[in-house]
Amino acid sequence: MHNTGKIIIGLLIFLVIAAFPIWYAVAGGKTGEMPVLEKAARGENCIIDSVLMKETHMFLLDDWRDEVVREDDRWYRSMTLDSTIEKSLTRTCLGCHASKANFCDRCHDYLAVVPYCWDCHVDPKEFE
Amino acid sequence: MGIDRRGFMKVSGLTILGIAGGASIDGLASPQTPRKKAAEAGTRRYAMVVDLKKCHSQEGCRDCVQACHLYHNVPDFDNRKDEIKWIWKDSFHHAFHSMEHEHLEESITEGPALLLCNHCDNPPCTRVCPTKATWKREEDGIVMMDWHRCIGCRYCVVACPYGSRSFNWRDPRPHIKEVNPDFPTRTRGVVEKCTFCELRLAKGQKPACVEACKEGALIFGDLEDPESEVRKALQDRFSIRRKPELGTEPEVYYLV
Amino acid sequence: MIENALRGSKRYWTWVFFLLAVIFVGFLFYLKQYHEGLGITGLSRDVTWGFYIAQLTFLVGVAASAVMVVLPYYLHNYKAFGKITILGEFLAISSVIMCMLFVVVDIGQPSRMFNLFLHPSPNSMLFWDTVVLSGYLILNIVISIVTLGAERKGIAPPGWIRPVIVFSIPWAVSIHTVTAFLYAGLGARPFWMTAILAPRFLASAFAAGPALLILLVLLMRKITKFHVGDEPIKKLTVIVTYAMIINVFFVLMEFFTAFYSAMPEHVAHFKYMYFGLDGNANLVPWMWTSVVLSIFALVMLIVPKFRYNFKLLPVTCVAVFIGLWIDKGIGLIITGFVPSVLGEVVSYKPTFPEIMITIAIYAVGALLVTVFYKVALTVRGEVTYDRVRPLETKAVGTK
Repeated sequence: MHNTGKIIIGLLIFLVIAAFPIWYAVAGGKTGEMPVLEKAARGENCIIDSVLMKETHMFLLDDWRDEVVREDDRWYRSMTLDSTIEKSLTRTCLGCHASKANFCDRCHDYLAVVPYCWDCHVDPKEFE
Repeated sequence: MGIDRRGFMKVSGLTILGIAGGASIDGLASPQTPRKKAAEAGTRRYAMVVDLKKCHSQEGCRDCVQACHLYHNVPDFDNRKDEIKWIWKDSFHHAFHSMEHEHLEESITEGPALLLCNHCDNPPCTRVCPTKATWKREEDGIVMMDWHRCIGCRYCVVACPYGSRSFNWRDPRPHIKEVNPDFPTRTRGVVEKCTFCELRLAKGQKPACVEACKEGALIFGDLEDPESEVRKALQDRFSIRRKPELGTEPEVYYLV
Repeated sequence: MIENALRGSKRYWTWVFFLLAVIFVGFLFYLKQYHEGLGITGLSRDVTWGFYIAQLTFLVGVAASAVMVVLPYYLHNYKAFGKITILGEFLAISSVIMCMLFVVVDIGQPSRMFNLFLHPSPNSMLFWDTVVLSGYLILNIVISIVTLGAERKGIAPPGWIRPVIVFSIPWAVSIHTVTAFLYAGLGARPFWMTAILAPRFLASAFAAGPALLILLVLLMRKITKFHVGDEPIKKLTVIVTYAMIINVFFVLMEFFTAFYSAMPEHVAHFKYMYFGLDGNANLVPWMWTSVVLSIFALVMLIVPKFRYNFKLLPVTCVAVFIGLWIDKGIGLIITGFVPSVLGEVVSYKPTFPEIMITIAIYAVGALLVTVFYKVALTVRGEVTYDRVRPLETKAVGTK
């Protein structure tokens, strides 16, 4: 292979640049930081097991939006609550987790994900 | 992994299957009665009847327009180019130009016509949509919009013969004076239009415009129900529709 | 093969970097459009499709016109086209890519573009347009790589490629037919509601595309060692002549139907284009320019003395190309919206950012054509980076 040395050096430079967020966090001593989420304003249980919710809420919301908008299927039977709730981000989710800023955003900011829910859906707090 | 979890969730969270309640006012489903069940009982065909004479009796009235636009967070751009409208007043000439003649009764031609999505039985807009972001709901005939899915190609705007569809040329949020938190806004780059207030219907309410009209110039209901107000209104008076020659079968009727 | 694009003369690199600069500027304007929305264009509630979609329509035609060199060569064994079929195919690839870019810049939510494939909707002509355009792109990429690759090795192309090429011929017709169907089936737009739209699209495409190809071939004869005789150019000119005559004939058919029937909704659009409507005449100068160019081109093409005059031919081809570009790239789409479905006359003018984005996409096309032609010609040994120097002193027009 030609230029073996050059290629290896180039790869190393690439790795250093690509791993920038990691060593930047290490250098700043920020590796242990975790987002702290505000407890729900009311109720003990989430509409599904909360660990499962943490991992799968995006799929749940995805399903909900299709079911509500496209199938006119607006009600969800929650086993954990043993009751029927409305499939609604703003009314049901934010109904308990009253502050989007202290709940949704904290984790999303930490993970640098930008869900576009809020491009359209209204955080009632924002317009009070 | 996501799919497995999702499947699990679907099993754990059963979707409620309510008891099919009898058709309530004009067949509107109550919140406890999923619409699907009601649809099995009989298909509905929602329609709007606009009484032009009653509408004209209140000159300059914009109650219905304001109620609709307030409820649905419709922005006010105040320029023709970016304008978004779900329901609006336009001249008889623009609304019915193929039906016009010089000597038509002035009380009809000089007043405005109230225009909105016709919720056609045979909608050209849904036919052209490349992503099924707009479709006709079979159980009640409402031409729906999915703002999550729309890619903003505007083919539906091009195909609509009535100018009923608006595109968000810019971010609408800064142009909404008063935000209704119970209804989403839209984002730039999607198409929007009247939905016959399908969310209000699901809650058992009448469309916002119908509720706002003090003159009773707007009548809304199910054409499949022979006892409905809309059927009676169409029985009693002569009515016209916009561009009937195109075969779109509009479900908005104008009493003249 | 592609590495040949990375070695070239100073002139080659100057041209490439010029195009890259144009693309970069257009890209900045696109970022602005991406962040602010399509509101920065001249499009409006009334004229919802404009410059972008019009360019798409025009370029689908240019892409389809490759069939005018492929068909005589492969079906009729017309040997003289042997050297230029690859040029036609590369032009087609570049045009299809431009078409796709014009779709991307025209949609309001480009990040959701793949909904087209996630939720395929066979009832929509836009779905079929995506299918035929992608298919045409793939066909032409495969065909050109295989045939040029074989040529480089000095062997005959594999036998299986021939049926693929033959298959690409009707496929080329389909891309422009489906593009016409985007417009021709809408009751809301009487201007496009004409069964002759697809044939008219094909006729104008088979004139404009080969006219462009003639210009490119003449240019390459001038600035490279591209050895192509006069015969294929003459043949292409004959194709342009017939296509142009048929196109003008079709346009006159449209005139007759509209004006003789005197149906207001049909007449209004033609009046707007050629005479102005309700005091709005912003397309009138463009359309009459197109008429004058087309008549001029017809005269030049029909009279044999002018047709085969290689000094006049570039002028004729430019007249054909610009005349048809105005017709399709400006007149056809915009006029469909004026008067609007409510009978209103609302004017549309592309804005500066819109024009810059459009130019940038054309620059992408020019860059692709440049690179592809460079590769093709180098493979044939008709241009070499160490031999171009003396040619640089020659007077050269743009591209």
